[in-house]
Amino acid sequence: MSSASQVAERDVPFQLRGNSFTMMVLKVFAPTSPNFFTQLNVKVRQAPNFFHNAPVVLDFDDLPESIVFDLGAFVAQVQALHLLPVGFQGGPQPVREAAMAVGLTPMPSGRAAKLEEVVKAPDPRQPDQQTPIPAPQVLIEVVHRPTLVVTEPVRSGMRVYAEKTDLIVTSSVSPGAELLADGNIHVYGALRGRALAGFSGDTNARIFCHSLEAEVLSVAGNYRVSEDIGSDFYKKAVQVFLRDGVLSMDLLKTA
Amino acid sequence: MSKIIVMTSGKGGVGKTTSSAAFATGLALRGFKTVVIDFDVGLRNLDLVMGCERRVVFDFINVINGEAKLNQALIKDKRIENLYILPTSQTRDKDALTREGVEKVLNELSKDFDYILCDSPAGIERGALMSLYFADHAIIVTNPEVSSVRDSDRILGVLNSRSRRAEQGLEPVTQQLLLTRYDPERVEKGEMLKVDDVLEILAIPLLGVIPESQAVLRASNVGMPVILDEVSNAGLAYSDAVGRFLGEDIEHRFVTPQKKGLFSRLLRRSA
Repeated sequence: MSSASQVAERDVPFQLRGNSFTMMVLKVFAPTSPNFFTQLNVKVRQAPNFFHNAPVVLDFDDLPESIVFDLGAFVAQVQALHLLPVGFQGGPQPVREAAMAVGLTPMPSGRAAKLEEVVKAPDPRQPDQQTPIPAPQVLIEVVHRPTLVVTEPVRSGMRVYAEKTDLIVTSSVSPGAELLADGNIHVYGALRGRALAGFSGDTNARIFCHSLEAEVLSVAGNYRVSEDIGSDFYKKAVQVFLRDGVLSMDLLKTA
Repeated sequence: MSKIIVMTSGKGGVGKTTSSAAFATGLALRGFKTVVIDFDVGLRNLDLVMGCERRVVFDFINVINGEAKLNQALIKDKRIENLYILPTSQTRDKDALTREGVEKVLNELSKDFDYILCDSPAGIERGALMSLYFADHAIIVTNPEVSSVRDSDRILGVLNSRSRRAEQGLEPVTQQLLLTRYDPERVEKGEMLKVDDVLEILAIPLLGVIPESQAVLRASNVGMPVILDEVSNAGLAYSDAVGRFLGEDIEHRFVTPQKKGLFSRLLRRSA
């Protein structure tokens, strides 16, 4: 246990670890289309905070073999919309070589990892009817962001943040601990600390807990302190959500 | 291969040093070569509780700084074979504890000792962090009251995130609860938290319940670890806890009030 091997380990100046990251995939069908960047810009503007400096993987799988285009200029234009191309997948050999030359990383085609398509492209038929030019298809797939699951007790002074996703705690949350999630919060133990769901403003987020003994509850900035929680809900299984913009609580019916 | 135990609590005044002295003595009594180290730099107390304050020449910080050899600073207990004390400095502060220095001393001690018991200072700052960083086992000393329980909860979080085992992704530090200054009569009146209340919040295994006892203060004042007081409830409870730590199956006692019948009152008086 003690002794030389550990000392040796601690002398290493770094640690190499595997990790997985969630990225968007930009499927490129017609990079030379004059409408490509106009439409991409429209898409990005729908959720500027979400897309700002978001890493994207360019998917060239559906490009025709014979396509010729300036990949360097294409990447620069994507960057101009504050998206950060970091890698690519698929595509004809010349495109792949050009992509490597501009510093993009070849990604293994992780087809199975793409679970759901969250953002759909604007209905292409509408522009079709207005203009004779066939609309280029821009499809952004948001890869499913896994829920953060915590199985250990969350102790006083600890802070857990589930960024852009839900948080599930299968143990208890102590007084003085803080749970934050951009999505929903589930606590399958006693919730004695603070729980802030919809931390980035999602008013549809909810808090679910097995035994409500919380210090503070909040959904999208609407909060309630333990003094205001009321004895009807104390130590009960409860869900907390916004009803017409007001923080509300319901007992969970347990079978 | 020695095991490193940290006696810690977050909160001050809950009985860490008393428990360290008792526990180290208990391990030595059972034949394990044990050293107890005082990490409370600047507020040296362990030597008093162990009754060796007049034999301190060099200390832990001298060894860390290379001003003394380890065996010059180690004090051998006069009562018990196998028991050693490494006192700390009263004149320095916690900044004197460096991770490299502490590791060097622990590595050297682990060649000779079965158990190294680190007596943590209160707080969650440097002294406490250094005392728990290298631990294999943690004994969390808690009083049955809300502020002590919350601080213990905090220190459990620190153990889970900032110990060497946590940082290197090794098997986590094992954690056990030692509930001290437990007064079953006051618990019955609702003035103190019940054992179960504390366990519900901290959610770690119970190592022992040490009853509130006059014997603890008496023992500290004469420099004798309370575990050596074999007629006191506190001494017996520590002895049980050491047994449980070593894997023995011992039932918890002193958790319910003793019946105050005439007969038991008479018995008590004669005891």
